[in-house]
Amino acid sequence: MTETIDTSTPLGRPIKRKEDAKLLHGRTNWTDNIQLPGTLHMAILRSPYAHAKITKLDVTPALSRPNVIAAYGADELGDLNGSIPCVWPVVDDIVMPDFPSLAKGVVRHVGDCVAVVLATDPVHAADALEAIEVDYEPLPAVVNMQDAIKGGTLVHEDAANNVCYNYPFATGENYDDVKAKADVVVTRQWANQRLIPAFMEPRSVVAAPMGMSDEMTVWSSTQIPHVLRVLMALVTGIPENNLRIIAPDVGGGFGGKLQLYREEVLVTQLARKLGRPVKWTETRSEDMVATHHGRDHIQTIEIAATKDGKILGLKVHLLADMGAYLQIITPGIPILGMFMYPAIYKMDAYDFHCTGVFTNKTPTDAYRGAGRPEATYAIERIVDELAAELDMDPMELRKKNWIKHEEFPFTTVAGLTYDTGNYEAATAKALDLFGMDELRAEQKRRRESGDTVQLGIGISTFTEMCGLAPSRTLGALKYVAGGWEHATIRMLPTGKVELVTGTSPHGQGHETAWSQIASSILGIPVEDIEVVHSDTGRAPYGMDTYGSRSLAVGGQAIKKAAENLIEKARIIAAHQLECSPGDLEFVGGEFKVKGDPEKAQAIGAVAFEAFTAHNLPDGVEPTLQGEATVDPEDFSYPHGTHLAAMEVDTETGKVTLRKYVAVDDVGNQVNPMIVEGQVHGGLAQGIGQALYEGAFYDEDGLPLNANLSTYLIPAAPDLPSFITDRTTTPSTTHPLGTKGVGEAGAIASTPAIINGIVDALRPMGVTDVAMPATPMTVWKTIQSANQAAKGGQA
Amino acid sequence: MQHISVNVDGTQYEGDVEPRTLLVHWLRNEVGKVGTVVGCDTSNCGACTILMNGRSVKSCSVLAVQADGASVTTIQGISTGDDWHPVQTAFKECHGLQCGYCTPGMVMSAIDLLGENPNPSEAEIREGLEGNLCRCTGYHNIVRSVEKAAELMGGAK
Amino acid sequence: MIPAAFDYTRATTVDEALTALASSDDAKILGGGQSLLPVLRQRLNAPELIVDCSAIDEIKGIDAGGDKVTIGAGATHHAVMNDPAVKASVELLAQATETVADPQIRHRGTLGGSLAHADPRADQPPVALALDAEFTIAGPSGKRTVPASEFFIGPFETAVGEDELLVSVAFPKYDGWGSHYEKFNRTAQAWSIVGIAAAVRMDGGKIAEARIGLTNVGGTPVRATAVEQALVGASSMAEIAAAAERASDGIEPFADEDADVEFRKHLARVLTKRAVAKAAGIE
Repeated sequence: MTETIDTSTPLGRPIKRKEDAKLLHGRTNWTDNIQLPGTLHMAILRSPYAHAKITKLDVTPALSRPNVIAAYGADELGDLNGSIPCVWPVVDDIVMPDFPSLAKGVVRHVGDCVAVVLATDPVHAADALEAIEVDYEPLPAVVNMQDAIKGGTLVHEDAANNVCYNYPFATGENYDDVKAKADVVVTRQWANQRLIPAFMEPRSVVAAPMGMSDEMTVWSSTQIPHVLRVLMALVTGIPENNLRIIAPDVGGGFGGKLQLYREEVLVTQLARKLGRPVKWTETRSEDMVATHHGRDHIQTIEIAATKDGKILGLKVHLLADMGAYLQIITPGIPILGMFMYPAIYKMDAYDFHCTGVFTNKTPTDAYRGAGRPEATYAIERIVDELAAELDMDPMELRKKNWIKHEEFPFTTVAGLTYDTGNYEAATAKALDLFGMDELRAEQKRRRESGDTVQLGIGISTFTEMCGLAPSRTLGALKYVAGGWEHATIRMLPTGKVELVTGTSPHGQGHETAWSQIASSILGIPVEDIEVVHSDTGRAPYGMDTYGSRSLAVGGQAIKKAAENLIEKARIIAAHQLECSPGDLEFVGGEFKVKGDPEKAQAIGAVAFEAFTAHNLPDGVEPTLQGEATVDPEDFSYPHGTHLAAMEVDTETGKVTLRKYVAVDDVGNQVNPMIVEGQVHGGLAQGIGQALYEGAFYDEDGLPLNANLSTYLIPAAPDLPSFITDRTTTPSTTHPLGTKGVGEAGAIASTPAIINGIVDALRPMGVTDVAMPATPMTVWKTIQSANQAAKGGQA
Repeated sequence: MQHISVNVDGTQYEGDVEPRTLLVHWLRNEVGKVGTVVGCDTSNCGACTILMNGRSVKSCSVLAVQADGASVTTIQGISTGDDWHPVQTAFKECHGLQCGYCTPGMVMSAIDLLGENPNPSEAEIREGLEGNLCRCTGYHNIVRSVEKAAELMGGAK
Repeated sequence: MIPAAFDYTRATTVDEALTALASSDDAKILGGGQSLLPVLRQRLNAPELIVDCSAIDEIKGIDAGGDKVTIGAGATHHAVMNDPAVKASVELLAQATETVADPQIRHRGTLGGSLAHADPRADQPPVALALDAEFTIAGPSGKRTVPASEFFIGPFETAVGEDELLVSVAFPKYDGWGSHYEKFNRTAQAWSIVGIAAAVRMDGGKIAEARIGLTNVGGTPVRATAVEQALVGASSMAEIAAAAERASDGIEPFADEDADVEFRKHLARVLTKRAVAKAAGIE
């Protein structure tokens, strides 16, 4: 860490996490640990087919199996078979098919829910699934988007040509006019492949009826207890005020737990029907087909530029795979990306079009970055291709086109206004840490000697929009919910603090970081602040955690709540100290009379006065708390420069990431240790996409690698240590000067890796490598380039 | 049902189990050692790693009956909570965990690794943890944590 | 997910195991369980009887007396790769074993279990094949020995009959040989796409004798005899490379997501060259 640390306040310091003690001692409360007396365990019969008619379904044989209490198909479930909502109908004429919890007559992806069994233990519930009598009549599966839009087999009868929606968006000058002026036009098509979130804690949900008045407590391994409560009330009809949703310790999410899942609805409905607790925990193999997937876009991108490298315009046409159904924000994911294709570059025209396509595959939805990684991949790759076409250094081309630091705030062609940024500074620092000159020299040596192992250098100068988002903007985009966040800070009589947040952490360290923010304002030690979260009974207001929004939005609410608390305390303290509030300054947790520092009262003492209420000024209510609900002024725009040195074994196609430098600008940092950890984890996922991961299907729509032995996420030997650093350009639209960081690493790293591989192989005629860049893919790419070269000579 | 007797974290537990019961499920459901968790069904993730007779094993890939007569140590048995095992200390110091789900297994693997090799190189640490998946940290700070633990345990250079 | 219900017998002697195996038409032997348990958990297989052989002490030892290193089928991977006699006299086996799965699995999984499971992707079978190991199998009518060349019959199929138990594997001693196991996989946790087990005896800077086994280029491990013969006398990288070109002779690899037939054959050649060069200490 190179930042200067101000030790007078906990803000900006790498304080060790409060969360860690229990996690390191196994004293955790994962949802699957919850064991309520009388619990019934649910097991799910899932479709083995991608697309089929259910010609027979008889669950009654399961009822005679040991310990089985109930079994249901869609018919038996009747009105309780709630439909899963989508809250982001991106256009008016979007096709939004019914998405029942249990399939009604037709299954539409492997893993679709067909029937459930409830037993007094999970083992017998699983055993009884085999007793269910079910027959399927397989239907042709819609697997490939390019085929899907030609019509033929339909995933949903009401979606002609399997199209969910078309979304056109053109800004700036007319793209074709701009293209006509261009000297160079580069067009590429890329598959941004389907990924599986693969958080380590499998999903789990427990629902318990409370009392007799339709009250229900639901524990779920979710990122969004608050949103879930609203949606669960709408789906089940349980009055929202009777629903309490708790996300206990949650083991990762990465967007995959930003959802209202079928299983959550089923468990809740069946607990209600049967009047006893119901529990379900997924197996990993279930997770791989039933938890929503991410990415899966086919991107056609065209960039137009002058011969001296000025970018004029960009055209992007997407096919975005929705999968078989629309989940919570499935259609909106590519639209989040829409704003980011122009990225950090100045240009005159932007023409975007997205077609959402249904297929017989697991639904897609948010996965770390959600739309922005796809956009960043496409733009950062095409800029490299443009540089190659122009025979320019790829960094020079970027410098020529990016927004200069003195030009902020800057409104991009896509219509976003970036508040601050300094791409020059981040790039300079990254180049310095990377040792670019030495690596380029080595690259030259290897090329000249015809070394089996070639070296490539990959660049990604990314930005992203996060901290979702101003509620008005979300409304304009047809997103049903708002983007605000809430915080309540209560001073307890003993001087301790309860900080209630609407964010819902699942690994991000909010308990520590939020304490640091409050501590820096209240002057109360970090350890005396308890952060209350993820329980709608204790933290009723909130919009939860996704889209790198928790600090960017929630942090603002904490700051404002703390300031509101101080203002109330100031009035009480002034009364106690017999002065006017304006005579007081609040320093280090104490109100001091200006000019008379002997006269002072600590905030804890004020809290006690507010509690006893023996001597409060007229009109001041007892107790001391501050609350705030903040709607952000704008998105947050972190940026950075990432550089990757890639070794490519041209004989085997095996790629090795040798060195990775990430310099991120996330504005002010609350806890640099946590920031760095977020970057590391994001890098691993972005590198995972580039090199290892991909959910693949055969032509019948059957998943080919739906478990952790075949869906390869990187293990420790598959990654190097990272070199990370930061530049600090504080945000001006966020009162703490912070920006989001949760997704930055995942967004930035994928194109850096692929650019590095292509750079290594470009002298051989390679201009693209598909993801994931497996040895066979890389080797075949080299072979094709060799063939083409030979053909050219002949 | 089979009768088994297993020493878990220093206490002898006896019970009857169905032969198909996995050790991890017995530990969680019968012994109450819920610190040890399940993350997959293909023995890839290592979240369920414990020490069995002193060596790291994946408790999802051992039948409870096979542990009859064995001594098992889980994440809940390596320290009391007031005192910390050096590996636990190091993981906190180095931010070697985020969501914490892989952490029990990661810590147990690290203990085994350092027992066999008190002064591992970075490559040896990475290889030694290859049976444990983490989706949060990118392993960077886990490696730092094990290096730190080696230092705390007196093994490092 | 947990396995479907099964009957269970824990054998403490080979005879007990054989008696148990004879009692059922649908019995599975549980060794270290590292291959079997994931299969049972996913309910890809549901045998009637599990015969647990992990407590049979008489098949866990490693004996280096005489001109062989005899390894009990129940010896764990961890025991095998750390055994001084194995390291000294069957170094290739130690090297391949180090690449098997991960430490936890190596603590439980056994050499015998892996060989008898005969997964085409497994790293030790080609070592046993290349080094002419001899398998001792116990059955109702006593013990018999089977050479490695006759042991591996097909994917997941060996000479061990339904009512038999593999009890030990004897490796001739290869003291003084150079060896290398070249594992090629996508991630640390992934199976071998192709693996090459190579051992060479050097004489005066030249390869005097070579033994090459290939992993995952067919339904069984493959002995690259054409390469072995072509390597005799080789002393340079060019000569090794020329010999290694024959690694794909006669193999019939299958295609999967990681490699099609062409790529597997290519890998067999390239990786054989590399493995032999490393085994021979020639750059």
